[in-house]
Amino acid sequence: MARKTTAQVLRENKDSGKGSLVGYFPAGYPSVEASIEAAVAMCENGVDVLELGVPYSDPVMDGPVIQAATLTALEQGFKLKQIFDVVRGVTERVDTPVLVMTYWNPVLQYGVDRFAADLAAAGGAGLITPDLIPDEANLWLTASDAHNLDRVFLAAPTSTETRFETAAKLSRGFVYAVSTMGITGARAELDALAQKVVGGVRKADPAQLTCVGIGISTAEQVAEVNGYADGAIVGSAFVKAYAEGGIEALKAEVQALASNLAR
Amino acid sequence: MTTNLRSQSGPYFGDFGGRYVPESLIAALDQLEATYKAAKADPTFAMELAELHRTYTGRPSIITEAKRFAASTGTDVRIFLKREDLNHTGSHKINNVLGQALLTKRMGKTRIIAETGAGQHGVASATAAALFGLECTVYMGEVDTERQALNVARMRLLGAEVIPVKTGSRTLKDAINEALRDWVANVDNTHYLLGTVAGPHPFPEMVRDFHSVIGIEARQQMLDEYGFLPTALAACVGGGSNAIGLFHAFLDDQDVAIYGFEAAGDGLDTPRHAATLTYGRPGVLHGARSYMLQDEDGQTMESHSISAGLDYPGVGPEHAWLKDLGRANYWGISDKEAMDAMLQLSRTEGIIPAIETSHALAGALKLAKELPAGSSILVNLSGRGDKDMETAGKYFGFIADTNAAPAGGSH
Repeated sequence: MARKTTAQVLRENKDSGKGSLVGYFPAGYPSVEASIEAAVAMCENGVDVLELGVPYSDPVMDGPVIQAATLTALEQGFKLKQIFDVVRGVTERVDTPVLVMTYWNPVLQYGVDRFAADLAAAGGAGLITPDLIPDEANLWLTASDAHNLDRVFLAAPTSTETRFETAAKLSRGFVYAVSTMGITGARAELDALAQKVVGGVRKADPAQLTCVGIGISTAEQVAEVNGYADGAIVGSAFVKAYAEGGIEALKAEVQALASNLAR
Repeated sequence: MTTNLRSQSGPYFGDFGGRYVPESLIAALDQLEATYKAAKADPTFAMELAELHRTYTGRPSIITEAKRFAASTGTDVRIFLKREDLNHTGSHKINNVLGQALLTKRMGKTRIIAETGAGQHGVASATAAALFGLECTVYMGEVDTERQALNVARMRLLGAEVIPVKTGSRTLKDAINEALRDWVANVDNTHYLLGTVAGPHPFPEMVRDFHSVIGIEARQQMLDEYGFLPTALAACVGGGSNAIGLFHAFLDDQDVAIYGFEAAGDGLDTPRHAATLTYGRPGVLHGARSYMLQDEDGQTMESHSISAGLDYPGVGPEHAWLKDLGRANYWGISDKEAMDAMLQLSRTEGIIPAIETSHALAGALKLAKELPAGSSILVNLSGRGDKDMETAGKYFGFIADTNAAPAGGSH
């Protein structure tokens, strides 16, 4: 059967009133094999769209939990081309759309078109690019079109109307709404700014989907975000659960965070 | 060749530059660019900055001819020093800091953050924060807080908070990462006072403009006091701010050769160096596309230099452009060559240079042997060496090194 696209999954969950949970896990953490197992477990326990992180030496958008995990992966000798092994290992076992979240330089050094081709061949859905704004993304726009990949750009509370329009127009899959001005990591309260970002994207293009990330760590927040957006993105909470209690703790955390979504 | 290299402005210098940053920072970069453009068009801004430089920095800085130092090369090449070490706070860094502090006020922001390697930019930032009544946080790699302990004390005395960065290689690169994280989180009230000509647009252009006073003064001083322009310019290059500050006024003087000297650390035949332009290749780091030290996967490699200020695996995009154009040449200088030059200048001229600057001096000594008779070299003496006395004292064996480093090594 044909794998559903990211947008199809989000749209169907939205239309059926369920809402979506987008879950992040770093590839290669704590090893390539273990990261495949962890990612598959996430997909089997309530994650609707998977986000696999590429370990990178200078992760300026990541907080301490994810920094520590990706550093471990690099210290274990993670090589960039192994991202495709992880994507393939997951997509062979589950139907969940698999996006890769990566800082831009690794893609640039691998070759943008070559990266896109290898990602598509591995069954990957597309890329989330935290330090690539649409203004600098010509190579990626071309490559993602050529290989029919999702491209998820970010929108922030400080983005102008014009920039909301650009993000809405050029993103495929969804727009990643940065909920608070800050880096990844759990926060006690979700910022009302997230709603502003979702509204900005929706105003620019009512057909575009928006998921909210950064600062989400409880089932209540996941449900609350799904009340006004098309999905909630969780990263640090999952990585923390895995770091503290292994795959069983990760499964329990995914189930817990998905528990308030109507099933 | 009829070029007008001086008029080049950001966001791109040829294939280099740009804004490879999270969307969360775009509004702040746009605001900074707009504020800077408005300030440039406003004569009162230039007057205010010039007045600060006259009454606070101590500009113009003088030019000193280093006759005994030059004679040690065994050639008749003359060597001139542009004395940025005599600026308030002891280096060129104050030029940029005062400019950006004025812009911080114009943007209505109350807090500045800065990264620092050797501590010179951190000290300059803390100084400006004290002068303008701004809150100041400085991120400094933990390794650097140890080898530049004196500057940490200076910053704290000036009222700044110094945060040792314990991630990654615990040096300048990681201090920039932490500063960027802080900025993303606190962009409402905080200006990131970036200390070099790297980073996303408009920093490379703006920081260059604030330092271009070095070359503008020096060019006029050479003409007024000596009646000629130098055959060659020499400056050390880490991120590249003092170098571009000297070079910029001379970019369209085709008869003036331009040399930047990078840190070759243990030597260019070893992996322990910071010679980004010599051995790096283009990539994206800290918001700009430029040369950088990286592995085949695009992971940033750790750089190594005895000098904290040059210990950086990236370089400003304008230098990458000047290298590819062939307008500027970039050579590596080893730790040993730099330390030899530090000793040499101290003992021939009574001027103790910073270890960073010593790379430019070592470069000038090398260059003197290759230039034709009758040539002259203008060196940017970018900073004084007081901050380096512990490193130098141990290196030369003037003070006890409890870690008992082998001869020729100091850290």
